[in-house]
Amino acid sequence: MENTTNVIEMKHIVKDFNGFKANNDINLTLRKGEILALLGENGAGKSTLMSILSGLLMPTSGEIDVRGQEVEIKNPTVAKNLGIGMVHQHFMLMESFTVLENIILGHETIKGPKLDFKKAQQQIEELSQRYNLNIDPKKKVSEITVAQQQRVEILKVLYRGADIMIFDEPTAVLTPQEITEFIQIIKELAKEGKSIILITHKLEEIKRAADRVTVIRAGKSVGTFDVSGVTNNRLAELMVGRHVNMKLDKPSAEVGKTTLKVSDLKVKNKQGILALKGLSFALRAGEILGVAGIDGNGQDELVRALTGMQHVDSGKISINDEDMTNQKVRKITEKGVSYIPSDRQKYGLILPFSISDNLALQNYYHQPYSSHHVMHYDLIHQHADELITKFDIRTTGSSLPVSDLSGGNQQKVIIARELDLDSDLIIAFQPTRGLDVGAIEYIHQQLLLERAKGKAILLISYELDEIMQLSDRIIVLHDGDISGEVKPEETSDEELGLLMTGIKKEGNALA
Amino acid sequence: MLKVTPKTKKILVPLISIFAGFLVGALIMLIWSYNPFEAYSSMFSSALGNMNGIGETIREATPLIFTAIGFAIASSAGFFNIGLPGQAQAGWLTSIWIVLANPNMPKVILLPLAVIAGALAGAVVAGVAGWLRAQFGTNEVITTIMLNYIVLYSCQYLMQQVMSSKLRIDTDTTKTITANGSLKIDWLSSMFGDSRINAGIFLALIGVFIYWYLMKKTTTGFEIRSVGANPYASRYAGMSTKKNIIYSMLLSGGFAGLGGVVQGLGTYQNYFTQTTSLDIGWDGLSVALLGGGTAIGILLAAILFSILKIGGLGMQTIAGIPYEIVSIVIAAIIFFVAIQYVIGLLFKTRKASVEEPEQKTDGTNTANTTSTEGGQR
Repeated sequence: MENTTNVIEMKHIVKDFNGFKANNDINLTLRKGEILALLGENGAGKSTLMSILSGLLMPTSGEIDVRGQEVEIKNPTVAKNLGIGMVHQHFMLMESFTVLENIILGHETIKGPKLDFKKAQQQIEELSQRYNLNIDPKKKVSEITVAQQQRVEILKVLYRGADIMIFDEPTAVLTPQEITEFIQIIKELAKEGKSIILITHKLEEIKRAADRVTVIRAGKSVGTFDVSGVTNNRLAELMVGRHVNMKLDKPSAEVGKTTLKVSDLKVKNKQGILALKGLSFALRAGEILGVAGIDGNGQDELVRALTGMQHVDSGKISINDEDMTNQKVRKITEKGVSYIPSDRQKYGLILPFSISDNLALQNYYHQPYSSHHVMHYDLIHQHADELITKFDIRTTGSSLPVSDLSGGNQQKVIIARELDLDSDLIIAFQPTRGLDVGAIEYIHQQLLLERAKGKAILLISYELDEIMQLSDRIIVLHDGDISGEVKPEETSDEELGLLMTGIKKEGNALA
Repeated sequence: MLKVTPKTKKILVPLISIFAGFLVGALIMLIWSYNPFEAYSSMFSSALGNMNGIGETIREATPLIFTAIGFAIASSAGFFNIGLPGQAQAGWLTSIWIVLANPNMPKVILLPLAVIAGALAGAVVAGVAGWLRAQFGTNEVITTIMLNYIVLYSCQYLMQQVMSSKLRIDTDTTKTITANGSLKIDWLSSMFGDSRINAGIFLALIGVFIYWYLMKKTTTGFEIRSVGANPYASRYAGMSTKKNIIYSMLLSGGFAGLGGVVQGLGTYQNYFTQTTSLDIGWDGLSVALLGGGTAIGILLAAILFSILKIGGLGMQTIAGIPYEIVSIVIAAIIFFVAIQYVIGLLFKTRKASVEEPEQKTDGTNTANTTSTEGGQR
């Protein structure tokens, strides 16, 4: 292949948001028919750079050349006409529409006053076959899997005639098997002459899929490397800017008595369908139980039932041998449950409130922080200052709104508040979502510290790496039930991937 | 764009709104060839230039302070209580009725009884909307508007069909209340040039203090503000959203009801049939917004409003400007208050944080509490 023509050259791109430079002199070159990985931490400026390329944002300064021509990508239509298409991390599909309707939406073929579905369907089937996407255009989006939905997004971009394709964190929602398939698909696309940019922070995938990798850090280009000539450790260092310890130091568990016992738990979701179909498991003091699984297999309901936010239809939840089924949230908290929610801004914090008020959310109502319904703000502030120091929350003062903090520091506020309760059970739901490597390291260490103190930790996460690194045991949720229990040192990504899709251990196919 | 701290912005924005309102008012008067300087000087001289004017201005501000507090409490809990007129009206009729029905009761019992009953009446009306919201998620904007009509016509029915004819002059007007149930203080009135200023203003000042203490110092206020700012996180912190919704609406309606009480036992000394929803309800909403929901802000905004209203009468009599124009001037000021948001865009608040705003460009950060909050309103 004569792979040397550059289809995109972004030169000295700067994007200034009110004095904050999200992109500060970034260079990026995409060659024809290659897969270029764009690596960087959350907030490094990857999304900003790609938004500039797809016409959602205008750069403050810098030059963009597409196929050797300098262009100004004023809006998404310009990008589309240049053949640039983006597959977003959050799919933009209408669930009640068919695949076909979704693909042609906004780009309809018209015959007289009517939509020409037949012609569109033919084109889509052709594309689907050509790139082995195996999509039935007549199915509704709500009927197909997440991986298939992603392929619909790919088809959408192809149908619009794109030959430069940008994928934003495409594997975040996929199982290990689906990731393998996805990599095959993009390799196929590249072979057909499409040029691909893969935004990711997963080093393993870069190794498997990409030809070259461009690393950016804090808005600046660090450099572009041939994937074959650079190690994972080196890439991690380039991304973070310092040496990172890829392996956590985890002593063996000293397991105590049973802290949480869940038996035959059945919970209905909002639609009245059983989301948890008779779940049973136990968690002992001093161990971390990882709950793996694909998003939407009952994790939300499990967490909500355990924290008292959702009604349990049948079954039993006991905490320290006491029945806590369908108890009030506050009673459960007081019994010894700390909770780190997955969506910190929605469930964990009151954004306009000060840091100190947010730190007081679990204890404002009792002594010494209030008496006879009167709050003692001096003590609340004092306690907040202690927690800020203890948990290394980076701020200039406890009276600042918590919304002023960065994501990592917001998460530290929640961790500080919840761990300060000194509960026997800690429920951590996606505790590192959207955080940078430094903050992830910190939170993982805190969880391990709590484990060493003899706390029981339930870790629910969609990140397999996190589950594998921290857990002492792993249960896999599939379709509201446990499809298997494994030990991290005895299992593999592949085995977990199979369990996540419901294929039970020892070859027993799920009925 | 000017760079200011959030605190300065909170003060500057309403001041600019007021100034812009006066400016537009002046332009309108110029268009109709009235002299704006003469008009505004007659406005201020009649509202503040003599003791009677000052007394009347304070009297006019009294109910507005109550209804504005009512609006502000509900607003902290994330509600848009526009049922203030109905709640105030319920308080007004109830307090008058109680006083008229007990002409021989000693003042120390009757007056507190009538005041409390009026507050309770307002609380009950608002509580209905709060309960519907907590139990069934009914939109409070719709229920409170409808309750305004229900109260408006129920009061008419009560006057015509239920109230004993001994208590009223005709089916539209009650008798004047006796001194044992009145908020009038003779020496105060005579001090302020025989104006209708009354003890209501002292109640209002106590109300302002209670409002500040309740919202800023108590756990109840903390919970109401939490639920208003983020109901989801509040629930996870063990607060009951239902309980706080109902509490805040009861408190809101109670204060609005007191607005009606001071109107009845203070200003008018009777009740007469209303044909439209009470102005003090609607003005209270504007006062609360102009005052930014703070205790001091509400007090100042209520005084400004009553200056406009009382001074507006002076503009008419002294400067000869038709009341329609006066109303436009007042409306212009309220308009600029309402679009404070736009004026707020003139300023950039300085972030006091040391961290760079790293999250802003990140797709994974999906939470948006402001939008959920907005959806509730």
